[in-house]
Amino acid sequence: MIREKESAGRLALAGAAALLLVAALGMVFGYAPREAVMGDVQRIFYFHVSSAWVGMLSFVVAAVSGGLYLSRRERYWDMVEISAVEIGIVFGLIAILSGSIWARPVWNTWWTWDPRLVTTSVMELVYAAYLLLRQGLEDPERRARFGAVYSIVGVLTVPITFLSIRFLRSIHPVVIGSGVVGALGGFAMTSKMLETFLVSLLAFTVLYAALLVYRVRLALRGGRLEERRSALFSE
Amino acid sequence: MSIQVAKLGKSFGPRLVLQQLDWEVARGEFVVLAGPNGVGKTTLLWILASLIRPSFGQVWVEGMPLPQEAARVRRQIGVVGHQPFLYGDLSAEENLRFYAQLYGLNRYGPRIRERLDQVGLLSRREEPVRSFSRGMQQRLSLARALLHDPLILLLDEPYAGLDLQAGRLLDGMLREVASQGRTIVMTSHDLLRAAPLADRIDVLNRGRIAASFRRGEFALDQLPSLYQQALASHG
Amino acid sequence: MVETPPAPGRPAAPGNIFRCAWAVVGKDLAAEWRSKELLGAMLVFALLVILVFNFALELDLPVRQAVTPGVLWVTFAFAGTLGLNRSWAVEREGGAWEGLLLAPVDRSAVYLGKALGSFLFMVILEALVLPIYSALYTVDLFQPGLLIVVLLGSIGYISLGTLLAALAIQTRTRDVLLPILLFPVVLPVLISAVNASAGFLSAAPMDQIWPWLNLLIACDVIFTSAAYLLFEYVVEE
Repeated sequence: MIREKESAGRLALAGAAALLLVAALGMVFGYAPREAVMGDVQRIFYFHVSSAWVGMLSFVVAAVSGGLYLSRRERYWDMVEISAVEIGIVFGLIAILSGSIWARPVWNTWWTWDPRLVTTSVMELVYAAYLLLRQGLEDPERRARFGAVYSIVGVLTVPITFLSIRFLRSIHPVVIGSGVVGALGGFAMTSKMLETFLVSLLAFTVLYAALLVYRVRLALRGGRLEERRSALFSE
Repeated sequence: MSIQVAKLGKSFGPRLVLQQLDWEVARGEFVVLAGPNGVGKTTLLWILASLIRPSFGQVWVEGMPLPQEAARVRRQIGVVGHQPFLYGDLSAEENLRFYAQLYGLNRYGPRIRERLDQVGLLSRREEPVRSFSRGMQQRLSLARALLHDPLILLLDEPYAGLDLQAGRLLDGMLREVASQGRTIVMTSHDLLRAAPLADRIDVLNRGRIAASFRRGEFALDQLPSLYQQALASHG
Repeated sequence: MVETPPAPGRPAAPGNIFRCAWAVVGKDLAAEWRSKELLGAMLVFALLVILVFNFALELDLPVRQAVTPGVLWVTFAFAGTLGLNRSWAVEREGGAWEGLLLAPVDRSAVYLGKALGSFLFMVILEALVLPIYSALYTVDLFQPGLLIVVLLGSIGYISLGTLLAALAIQTRTRDVLLPILLFPVVLPVLISAVNASAGFLSAAPMDQIWPWLNLLIACDVIFTSAAYLLFEYVVEE
């Protein structure tokens, strides 16, 4: 039987996410200083890194859920997994696009072969492959099982991809930027920037948690609908 | 008990195929499983063969629970399905040699020849299986299933696609196998054909056993109407 | 006559896993020897890819040297998917897939056998492609270091590929899905293999090549173990 959690916690989470987002927005545009070299466009950094972080966090959440599904065979974990993939792919895309928007005015290019950016793109491709895999299957049990296996494979290989690209870049230095915060941008973070950054990170993480919780609830409701439907048809 | 099944259920997504099934087969019994298309006869057989996991309930084969002891259970069952489980490019003998190795049999040369002789294929042993007729492939499949001397033989609609003569040959072979004391479970559409061989005919309908007829309790010509009654009474 | 079942509690003999795997390898080799379909297709495909590269890229001598590792590994990666798909497709005919799954042994033995078989086919392909490439582009590919990298890279590629091909073959989209599933996750193997190959070809000092070799070996170990353990979940129903 699929049970549903009570809603008070969910609402509180959603409320916290909203508040934190407002706070973060306020800090990004009001509190954080204007960066000396790049100007206001640097403010994208706060959203760019936070999105990338959430994308990667979700990737790990998906794999852990996959492992839990394989060992426990509870549909709940499969729902957490697909939710994590759907949300993660969106945040990953935001990270890549915001990176592009940042790079264009600053370095006059839409793309940099920065290890972090490339790895995020690889992760997006793994996400997309995951969705295509599930789409090619009709049996929900197989979808859950195969999805779990692939998400585990993904979480094992993508960090190694990052390491190998980073090692590659250390031999052939990146033309653009120098690495203090990352090869994408060399700028020194003042304490105000750091505070803004941490608040953004927290806001995005709480937002992610809220989205995940609501998405899982949607999946649970979908599951209950399926159960009722099949009960009707087998009469 | 050779086979025991308690409260067995299997669902494929929203579709519930077997539900609350209780069923037993004694050692050495020859049971025919009958029932309409799609009722779950093959599913039940495949669960016994450890090729499918049950969704609910428990299964014991020769006292060993499934799916925990699946590998050891497989040592004791031979399966003849719709498809022959054979490699078309290899010869009859090569196919049996492969299965002998797969089952970890020692000194399998003489045993293979003996089985080929028993199914009347010794003279064709070096020909590729691709060139065999359906009846010949079925016989080779039976030889394959019995190669490792299993306690239980599972057959899924073995008479399908066989002409009269091939069917009679199969009759004789099944009688021989039954006389060796092996437990046999066979699904069949053709009740009249299967009935003379069986100790018991179980009718599966709506996920459960609707009726059970033992040899000697009925006359052969009563069988079709008894069968219809069994189906009607359960919905 | 009819044997009695094994006493409960007695564990299955571990030797059976390798015996089972070996039986699968032998069967795959014997079947391929009969039909010779797979190797022919892989070889032709690989040669076509090399030819396409020749026309797609400017290939004067220094460029050729630099581009060789990349071209080789892309060729192997693409031709490899043919072999991987075919390896499992062959089991779908005649229902042999169920026959394999009925073996009274850990399903991972089947994985091992299939992976070994695919690895052998890939090595045979590489043994044919390397001399041809060498001759066509006058690049000396017969250095022991390079050959070792080719072997190590193939291990990593095949170990993941066998697992994912078993997944892909059970979906509606079949063959098409394998490259989509495989390429994003096999990248670390390809990156390490290409760079190690480049190192050997340009006669770089060993301390520059070792990190790549180490990464490649680490990948092989991690990916093969993970695939071996995960395979059971791919074939149970």
